[in-house]
Amino acid sequence: MSRLLEVEALEVSFGAASAVRGASLALDRGETLCLVGESGCGKSVTALAVMGLLARNASRGAARLSFDGQDLRGLDERGMSRLRGNRMAMIFQEPMTSLNPAYTVGSQMAEVMLRHRGGTRAAAMARAEDLLGRVRITSPAMRLGQYPHQLSGGLRQRVMIAMALMCDPELLIADEPTTALDVTVQAQILRLLLDLQKDLGLAMLLITHDLGVVARVAHRVAVMYAGEVVETAAAADLFARPTHPYTRGLLACVPVPGKVARGAALGSIAGVVPRLGPGFSGCGFRDRCGEATAACGGTIARASAGEGHDYLCRLPPGWRAGAGAAP
Amino acid sequence: MSAAPIIDVRGVRRSFRVRQGLFAAPRHVAAIDGVSFSVGAGEVLGIVGESGCGKSTLARVILGLLPPSAGEVLVDGQRVADMDRRARARLIQPVFQDPFSSLNPRRRVRDVVSMPLDAQGDVPAAEARRRVDEMLARVGLDPSMGERYPAELSGGQRQRVAIARALVLRPRIVVCDEPTSALDVSVQAQILNLLAELRDALGLTYLFISHNLAVVEHVATEVAVMYLGRIVERRETSALFGAPAHPYTKALLASVLTPEPGLGIPDTGLGDAMPDPSNVPPGCSFHPRCPVATARCRVDIPATARVAGGQSDCHLL
Amino acid sequence: MKALRDIGLASGAAIVGAAVLVAVFAPLLVPHDPFAQDLSRRLLPPFWMEGAREGHLLGTDQLGRDYLSRLLYGARISMLIGIATTVASGLIGIALGVAGGFFGGRIDDAVLFAITARLSIPLILVALAVVSVVGSSLTVVVMTLGLLLWDRFAVVARVSTMQVRNLDFVAAAWAAGCSRSRIVLREILPNILSPLAVVATLEVALAILLEAALSFLGLGVPPPLPSWGLMIAEGKDYMFFSPWVIMIPGVALFVLVFGINLLGDGLRNLLRTGRVA
Repeated sequence: MSRLLEVEALEVSFGAASAVRGASLALDRGETLCLVGESGCGKSVTALAVMGLLARNASRGAARLSFDGQDLRGLDERGMSRLRGNRMAMIFQEPMTSLNPAYTVGSQMAEVMLRHRGGTRAAAMARAEDLLGRVRITSPAMRLGQYPHQLSGGLRQRVMIAMALMCDPELLIADEPTTALDVTVQAQILRLLLDLQKDLGLAMLLITHDLGVVARVAHRVAVMYAGEVVETAAAADLFARPTHPYTRGLLACVPVPGKVARGAALGSIAGVVPRLGPGFSGCGFRDRCGEATAACGGTIARASAGEGHDYLCRLPPGWRAGAGAAP
Repeated sequence: MSAAPIIDVRGVRRSFRVRQGLFAAPRHVAAIDGVSFSVGAGEVLGIVGESGCGKSTLARVILGLLPPSAGEVLVDGQRVADMDRRARARLIQPVFQDPFSSLNPRRRVRDVVSMPLDAQGDVPAAEARRRVDEMLARVGLDPSMGERYPAELSGGQRQRVAIARALVLRPRIVVCDEPTSALDVSVQAQILNLLAELRDALGLTYLFISHNLAVVEHVATEVAVMYLGRIVERRETSALFGAPAHPYTKALLASVLTPEPGLGIPDTGLGDAMPDPSNVPPGCSFHPRCPVATARCRVDIPATARVAGGQSDCHLL
Repeated sequence: MKALRDIGLASGAAIVGAAVLVAVFAPLLVPHDPFAQDLSRRLLPPFWMEGAREGHLLGTDQLGRDYLSRLLYGARISMLIGIATTVASGLIGIALGVAGGFFGGRIDDAVLFAITARLSIPLILVALAVVSVVGSSLTVVVMTLGLLLWDRFAVVARVSTMQVRNLDFVAAAWAAGCSRSRIVLREILPNILSPLAVVATLEVALAILLEAALSFLGLGVPPPLPSWGLMIAEGKDYMFFSPWVIMIPGVALFVLVFGINLLGDGLRNLLRTGRVA
């Protein structure tokens, strides 16, 4: 496998507030990386920064930001828009807001194709119809002529996926693609995404807060907290040996039928996510962490817990609760 | 289960008039269609189903916010529709999903929590103040939070305020309509723990509506599965999760994604057809999506069958 | 853009604030009695022109009354009419709009009909007709305009009420056993006031302009009250030789209405960007 996307020490700030503080990610071709974290942790901003879709008042900096070897940092808006929707595509949580209500599904899909690849409108429409079938929409020819409001939430998300695939992208960024959907539809959409990925060799950056989704679809996982990637690991490894206290806390919060005793108290993380300014140093989680000591205010080095598994904490891999708090 | 049910829902139907075009005659669409169940005091009845299945309408009918089109709801032996609004408020209270729209942005937290006491009209100000402080402390908020406005609070804190408002009259029943769906995972756990703790301490009965089956499995003693305005299966939690009877329940359970890597995404077996409350199929309303439907399912409405720990409506039982 | 908007809001607020202060303290500010005539000092020019006299900063009118004093008293009339009319029309419009939006159904149909009927009434013609039948006085002008200018209040109040009515905190208030009036007054009204405040500023400006128009036509406030519209009307016979007699009240009218509109726009932007909840 070859590297498709590399992000190193990404910084994004909005005025005096830091949204992303030195996040690093790497994504291979054909791989699914899940970016997981709670609201405000910077996961969506990271994706927007990669796509060059940040709001005007945001400032972005990175030690490295490359797509298929091409440096995105120096790319102007024209260069970015040549990539966007073409080689890298994005789908969002609420498909209704990303589809134009005034145009039919078919003309919106064809438009993407015509903009990037040219060709005839008929050819673009034929491709749109083909892709709608591919995302398992029944009677695709009829759907081409429909408007977004005539579709259910699940169908709209399928249309968004089909639209993202119009130009055969290499990278698909999906920001909470199933959060607004019912569980049954969520399962269908995720299955579809996984099948498409396998068939087309897509690299997928999936942003979600749902650990169930992460466990089922990710090859690799990056856990974000307060603008930093606090732990990265292969999915199986992360769930088997979570190491950062935040990752452990997060996993303890989720009720698992058959595993967590019914009615027993769930684990929880006290306090709220802090808003950190650019001058903040030390561990961003220390105010909510049961293991925090004075040392957590200093610079924290990235530690390794095995092959491809690293985390941002001074505790040793395999630490036990209480052990780290000893003076 | 205890002897006398505290909530008794009898054949409730609620329909809405919808006009589908400028010149089309209005039609009646049933959001709930013949729902009956009862809940014993101290129980937690989980209600699950997809969006549009009528679970939120059911919550509003039980709270007395919407009159049923047919049937009746008895709460503690009295018809909700006939109760004095103050007496009803002392008995049953809601907690809603969105902690942003469920608190009046123009009023301080203290006034939000105090509102049910003020509505009673006979609670002295000093007494109300004391009970508000006590309730804020009980839901884990510092009484100084009372002076703030909702916009200054986080989602989890707002949901605590909403719970304090629901409990300040010491009701016996709380209807929780997706109380944690808008919250982050770690905050969801805090709120679920708080609800469980309050239930034990205050002897509450919950009606817990959620689309998150893992959460329902965790909190509920009994679960009702709704599909297109009807309850298709209602059983004790362990029985339902252990051996679901109805094909729809099976599909719902299959689509729960537990955080266990390597299991992949299950095939629910449901087709593309989406349930549409304005166009309910004949026979068993689930048959267009049912992987095991037979010819009979397209014609006959299934009768209720007894299964271990409850009942279910399916021809195949 | 944002800075420009803030300047607009600040200058609008400054103009309106100044006008309110002048209106309130006019009796203390005026150098002369605005009603005192002195036929020996007719049509004196203002200070920047040749022939200006000490003590009459803005000159005098055709009856020798001090123009600055009349202008300051005129601000009083304009603000009084603007605010009184807006209060009257606001009460009518908000009551109708909230009733329609809150109850819906037949009541809403009736409110919509009333709004439509009102919108099809030609404003100036009806005001003229009423004033010419009943006779002109300050009260009549305020009542007439108040009964005519409630439509925008009603439209905005109705739509805002419909939006707020369906929010969960209103459902929570019903479930808490609140009475209907309590829900309208404590839960709904406070949450629709912001857009209504914007409407109110626009209505004040409109009422001031309509009063000036009515007074110009001789059917507004009766002389010798120093309304700006009346001042323009009285000055129009002298405008060729003494243009300031209509220029000064005209500019005053323009500045005040401009200031009110700036304030209204600024408020609307504040509300839209969410800087005021």
